[in-house]
Amino acid sequence: MAFKRYVDRLPIPPKDARVQNVTCHFCIVGCGYKAVSWPVNQQGGPAPGQNLFGADLAKQEAADSAAWFAPSMYNVVKQDGRDVHIVIMPDKDCVVNSGLGSVRGARLAELSYSQTTNTQQQRLTDPLVWRYGSMMPTSWDDAIDLVAEVTRRVVEEQGEDGLIVSAYDHGGAGGGYENTWATGKLYFESMKIKNIRIHNRPAYNSEVHATRDMGVGELNNCYEDAELADTLFIVGANSLETQTNYFLNHWIPNLRGTTLDKKKQEIPNEAHAAARIVIVDPRRTVTVNACEVEAGKDNVLHLAINSGTDLILFNAIFTELAAKGWLDRPFIQASTSGFDAALAANKVSLDEAAKVTGLTVAQIAKAVAWIGEPKAGGARRRTMFAYEKGLIWGNDNYRTNAALVNVALATGNIGRPGGGCVRLGGHQEGYSRPSDAHVGRPAAYVDQLLIGGKGGVHHIWGCDHFKTTLNASEFKRTYKKRTDLVKDAMLSVPGGDRRAQVEAIMGAIRQGGLFAVNVDIVPTQIGQHCHVVLPAATAGEMNLTSMNGERRMRLTERYMDPPGQSKPDCLVAAALAQGLERSWRAAGKPAIADKFKGYDWKTEEDSFKDGYQRHEKGGEFVSYDRLRAMGTNGFQEPATAFDGGKIVGTKRLYTDGKFGTKDGKATFMASTWRGFQAEGKQAEKDKFTFLINNGRTNQVWQSAYLDQQSDFVRDRWPFPFIEMNPADMQELNLGAGDLVEVYNDNGSTQAMVYPTPTAKRKETFMLFAYPTGVQGNVVSKGVNEFVIPNYKQAWGNIRKIATAPEVTRHLTFKSQEYVTG
Amino acid sequence: MKGCNNLVDVGRRQFLRGGGAAVAGAAAAAAALGRTEAKAAPAPARVSYPSNRLANVADLKVNEPVDIAYPDADSPGVLIKLGQAVDGGAGPHRDIVAFSILCPHKGFPLAYAAADRSLNCPGHYSRFDVEKGGQQIWGQATQNLPQFALRIDGKGDIFAEGVDELIYGRLSNRL
Ligand code: SF4
Ligand code: FES
Repeated sequence: MAFKRYVDRLPIPPKDARVQNVTCHFCIVGCGYKAVSWPVNQQGGPAPGQNLFGADLAKQEAADSAAWFAPSMYNVVKQDGRDVHIVIMPDKDCVVNSGLGSVRGARLAELSYSQTTNTQQQRLTDPLVWRYGSMMPTSWDDAIDLVAEVTRRVVEEQGEDGLIVSAYDHGGAGGGYENTWATGKLYFESMKIKNIRIHNRPAYNSEVHATRDMGVGELNNCYEDAELADTLFIVGANSLETQTNYFLNHWIPNLRGTTLDKKKQEIPNEAHAAARIVIVDPRRTVTVNACEVEAGKDNVLHLAINSGTDLILFNAIFTELAAKGWLDRPFIQASTSGFDAALAANKVSLDEAAKVTGLTVAQIAKAVAWIGEPKAGGARRRTMFAYEKGLIWGNDNYRTNAALVNVALATGNIGRPGGGCVRLGGHQEGYSRPSDAHVGRPAAYVDQLLIGGKGGVHHIWGCDHFKTTLNASEFKRTYKKRTDLVKDAMLSVPGGDRRAQVEAIMGAIRQGGLFAVNVDIVPTQIGQHCHVVLPAATAGEMNLTSMNGERRMRLTERYMDPPGQSKPDCLVAAALAQGLERSWRAAGKPAIADKFKGYDWKTEEDSFKDGYQRHEKGGEFVSYDRLRAMGTNGFQEPATAFDGGKIVGTKRLYTDGKFGTKDGKATFMASTWRGFQAEGKQAEKDKFTFLINNGRTNQVWQSAYLDQQSDFVRDRWPFPFIEMNPADMQELNLGAGDLVEVYNDNGSTQAMVYPTPTAKRKETFMLFAYPTGVQGNVVSKGVNEFVIPNYKQAWGNIRKIATAPEVTRHLTFKSQEYVTG
Repeated sequence: MKGCNNLVDVGRRQFLRGGGAAVAGAAAAAAALGRTEAKAAPAPARVSYPSNRLANVADLKVNEPVDIAYPDADSPGVLIKLGQAVDGGAGPHRDIVAFSILCPHKGFPLAYAAADRSLNCPGHYSRFDVEKGGQQIWGQATQNLPQFALRIDGKGDIFAEGVDELIYGRLSNRL
């Protein structure tokens, strides 16, 4: 049977319940929520005068009620040491989500740490050190002292290149301006660490170098543009699942035609209709289906290209737009450079593109018309271009990104209402760090350094490469070997003898060992191989600022206590910096020790003031108090003023036609097609039978680290699914729910078969980064020229491991596509 | 419910621990003894449910949902004879099930798709499998679909006697 909670009654928030601002921790959309809390021994009543909502709760509420919350939105947590009821529910007044909660965000409360209801008991509560053969709790001072001492010794022996760092660069939970600043200050200011990588890729690089090089920042429009566009051109994104409430609250109304009045009002004097949408994705997704349901099949163009051929498609579109004259010549003239050269370099015929992409010429021509054909009356068609991991983690990232931006520039669609050329995003953003120029470009391929025996100490902040890196099989094998050397050495001397411990560790490091330190909120797979684990607080247990996919910045207020001794990452970084200062001073190196000054922060707000306020554009207008007053709507970065009690923001970037290059002109870029760019991909395709396409699914998108302890989610997805065409299943003698091994020359992993009639033959789709089956195991180490991984193009073979195990037998394997009754 | 797998029971116990640990223990023991939820003593932490007659077995045709309401007139649901035994199915053929049709996401009314025996939400495309205890096939709801516990008497009268999740739009299943 499906998981049921058997909860049929919830406490009612009293009139005077405390209400705080929350931005959902999980995905880029950053939906507004409210945390409602009140003492555990009280509750309100059903009469309107007795509850926070002023609603009559003795009656059945209507759809879309602002006064209903699900059991998943409720918990009992600690606030300043006292138990309180807490309800974390979507905020109707937030313009991002208008009261919508997703299957992830609407579980924020249930995914909180509670000693009363026993949720998230996995959370780390104490610093842990490898002693006596397992991870043992210890004090902060003890753990920090050990990390600082070993780090200092390694830097002394190997230089700063001996310290390898893995750190998030994003916002939302496990990130945010406070925490990126503190870690950035430590590694880029107090030190100049070069061997650093980001949580989801093996180097310190941008996922969207090309658009930045062209002068076009990747988050340049606003969510309202999706309501105003004539055409949405979407690449490699499954937005119903991965930008859920952006899609539901801003795209769907335009596809339904319910934003027509807004269009007429905001953009008078031109023809308007409901939007059409082009979706470039080798796979049919629930997004494609929902668009068809709402806009009608005639207004949805799904370009199911051959995997990895986006680049040639965009070049053909660019070529054809120019041939038709569907260009914004005045814009190209005034605001761009390099048009003619790029057009010449990227010239591709529709025939050629059709051959490579597997599309028909007519399909491509239709896309061109939907993008660029002038509207009735001659007005320029407004097209919003948006892309995410299908492009970013797809073949030839840099050129493909450029090729798409070329099309957006050529049609004058950046900085204009209903336009934009944007990445859709994963996490929220929240990057504030000192310059990373010393890292260089291309940046070091850190995984290869680790595999190659380089470095002596590894600091890991909120990342689990065991689940989310490429070439993961080899990575894990070597990582285990190197860290085991240190573990064994540590066991060879008494745990309490610090001097002996450090000597033993250093001895092992000289033998190729690696000392690993993990800062996280939950135990991770890489953490099992670490020697020190430091417990962090997450959003809501600390005040945290971030911005979403339209640069909307909000403050999530601290609404509960962090578990045990855990604390905000920024304060962990500060403690580590102070530990390093002490260690260098004791070692008689005062000049180096002095570099670690400036961390005497008491709270996360101190890090915010030191970082965002002083370093980010418009930061001087932003403070916690002001953000608190701006509620869940916040403002859109950059701030430009504080006026009338409000922070004034920026709705769209580049509205003046000036871009982020020296001469202010956006630069077209030559980006010719060159087949599979990453080393070994074509050979892998030729050798193995199945495309192992991969990506995310609704329930666990950006929440999987907590979902490993969600009964609701574990019940649905005990293993990662792999979508397969039923005919392929038949050939391999597979049934729904069977466990299969996916394997190739890079490694192997497991998944649960999900029959999918819409899947193309020999093209599977596997859930990415899932704890019980890591897709990255079969992804080769091939990267692009800037060390961007190429997860999407992986090929492997599939064989049966076991018939459906017990935990899969009660599962539904019906199509995930909505059908009208 | 009969046929609960261990994972489900663990989750249930975990959620109830603290406030009602003893109660959860009793419920688990009841399940181990093979008794159905409807017969188990109602947990004090849960509301008490009326036993309402919904229909007679003879009124049902395979795969044709019948509109019902439970535990009161403002909580619409469907009663379906599936024609084949399912986990949690009532009746001699264990093939009769009943569910709330208020989507536990935002309360839009679900529509039955007979072709694949699913309940579908026009609000934000959630889908629930009536053959799998209301498991969400895909969707935005943070719970599987509330199912009504059924008892069928000697005359074939079908009674609803309990609900396993909170029904949308109420903070107590009994208003
Ligand atoms: S769409 Fe994203 S931000 Fe919004 S509630 Fe869901 S996970 Fe949170
Ligand atoms: S109301 Fe059913 S999916 Fe939203």
